[in-house]
Amino acid sequence: MNTQSIPFIRRAVSEIGRSLLVSCWFMFLTFPIMVIKVNPLERTIDWQWMRLVWIGLAVFPLSLVWRWLMMRKEQGSAKDGEDSWQKRLGERIRADRKISAAILALLAAFVVAFPFIFSSYQTQIMISALMYVMLGLGLNIVVGLAGLLDLGYVAFYAVGAYSYALLNHHFGLGFWSALPIGAGLATIFGILLGFPVLRLRGDYLAIVTLGFGEIIRLVLENWNAFSQGPSGIAGISRPGFFGIELSLSQHTVFLYFIVLALVAFTILVVSRLRNSRIGRAWIALREDEIACQAMGIDKTKTKLTAFALGATWAGFVGCIFAAKTTFINPASFTFMESAIILSIVVLGGMGSIIGVIVGALVLILLPEYLRAFSEYRMLVFGASMVLIMVFRPQGIITGVRRHYRFRQKEGTEEQGERDAASA
Amino acid sequence: MLKVKNLHTYYGGIHALKSVSFDLPEGEIITLIGANGAGKSTTLMSISGIVPPRYGEIIFLGTPIHQLSPDRIFALGIVQVPEGRRIFPQLTVRENLDMGAYLRTDRKGIAQDIDYIFNLFPRLAERRHQLGGTLSGGEQQMLAISRGLMSRPKLLLLDEPSLGLAPVLVQLIFATIEKINRENKTTIFLVEQNANMALRIAHRGYVMESGVITLEDTAANLLKSEKVKQAYLGL
Repeated sequence: MNTQSIPFIRRAVSEIGRSLLVSCWFMFLTFPIMVIKVNPLERTIDWQWMRLVWIGLAVFPLSLVWRWLMMRKEQGSAKDGEDSWQKRLGERIRADRKISAAILALLAAFVVAFPFIFSSYQTQIMISALMYVMLGLGLNIVVGLAGLLDLGYVAFYAVGAYSYALLNHHFGLGFWSALPIGAGLATIFGILLGFPVLRLRGDYLAIVTLGFGEIIRLVLENWNAFSQGPSGIAGISRPGFFGIELSLSQHTVFLYFIVLALVAFTILVVSRLRNSRIGRAWIALREDEIACQAMGIDKTKTKLTAFALGATWAGFVGCIFAAKTTFINPASFTFMESAIILSIVVLGGMGSIIGVIVGALVLILLPEYLRAFSEYRMLVFGASMVLIMVFRPQGIITGVRRHYRFRQKEGTEEQGERDAASA
Repeated sequence: MLKVKNLHTYYGGIHALKSVSFDLPEGEIITLIGANGAGKSTTLMSISGIVPPRYGEIIFLGTPIHQLSPDRIFALGIVQVPEGRRIFPQLTVRENLDMGAYLRTDRKGIAQDIDYIFNLFPRLAERRHQLGGTLSGGEQQMLAISRGLMSRPKLLLLDEPSLGLAPVLVQLIFATIEKINRENKTTIFLVEQNANMALRIAHRGYVMESGVITLEDTAANLLKSEKVKQAYLGL
């Protein structure tokens, strides 16, 4: 036996010992709910001891795998220089225009063909996933680029939805004329919220925006004369198609393409914004406010545009939401919505467009397709969120900025290698 | 060029500047020296509008600026290089410089100025694509000064450029400050704790203690002054 393997064996033994401890601990913790079964009819207690054994047997390997993954993660961060295969693959795809063009074309073809291949139900799910893509990209402007933690984003979503619903209900306004109005109103609300919170940062900002979101929801819930309260507004028109009558499934397909076009529009605008002057100012503001002021950037204007533009997108999606469901009530605009949208941005990768898209698809599609697990689906969902945050704290896909690799070479300290920033 | 009259600045209830008055003549290096907490940085923050003064006047080239917002003051040509460098860590050197030229639209002029800066600090040219946060302290200070220069300021406010730097780097930075002043006729207001170094390159100096200016003279005289020697030069 060589000398190197001794610490390895010692380590392995200690890991196994710890895993054993963890499984014992789990057996103890789950004892009351898993083992004791009260039979209320016969007034007896069944002791299901075998379950305890199963838990121990299941937890032990899981704990070992967990420890091994954590160990690898630590080692991974220690040798930062070496690239993971994902990164190398990403770089190759970006570097080779042919590959990226082919992938894009394939993706576009699939996305366009989607409603014709899959059922109406699948298309509906995809519509809501795409809506969350837009919401995520909108919030990404505020949270990812400008670094302002907004927990009340759903308020603007509600403003968009209610403006279409009410305009349609009272004045019979169609989807297409209500869309810009809804977005415009959301923008105004974004600026309204922006003014009082300009001086706040971090936790304080989060609390105020959270409050703002709740205020909007509570107003909608209680101001019966205005919003019909908790009973909501029903019978909202679906988007018109040049005055031609469409069947329900045709409507779904039509809506799918509307959302798709808007998503494409959003991606275009957001990627242009990010590399624009105002985008730079947002990123700079996120990094250092005082330095920004010393560079002559108007803090007020920059923050307000971030809030306003973020809100605009929520307004767009709100209109689509009202048109999709044809019924809205305040229950659709709870804090949970804001939390999900924020999770999309954080899990997907702050500031990264592709990351947010992937995040939205994962977070919205996963619970839908996990319906097979019925009551466990939220459990699996929560577990996967925790796993992503532990192993990829920067999000699934990190915002690609310029990367530089440092190499120690005799004399010269390093060589910067540059690859272009991509959207 | 810049006249400050009876300036009073507060942080909440704390009276940080108590009736501060001074003049900055055009084309000179003027230094403000003093101990920790004397109000040196606050003076700069008040001029640049980040911490606006409560009373008093600041007049820059005939325009009162004490009520303007920081971005308006910046647009007039007063640029502050803040204490502790405050570069943007997630932006590259080149992008940091671009941020300095945020209000400018003349691409040619910006390119010229970047060339000038890369001549001034060849280290930055080597590292132009590196992230600001990965630079050493000295390089970050070079970058902070360069970023300030990118808007072609008329008045450059430097807040403790020697902070936390090795003596060799301090000399390099100060030599460059002198060079900037000589070549571009930029007026420089230099706030320093390193009184000895600052007085060597400055034309005039002010000494500040607990929010009040206590001494004012040419830099050469201040260097010789017994009082300054005892209090700040440690001789």
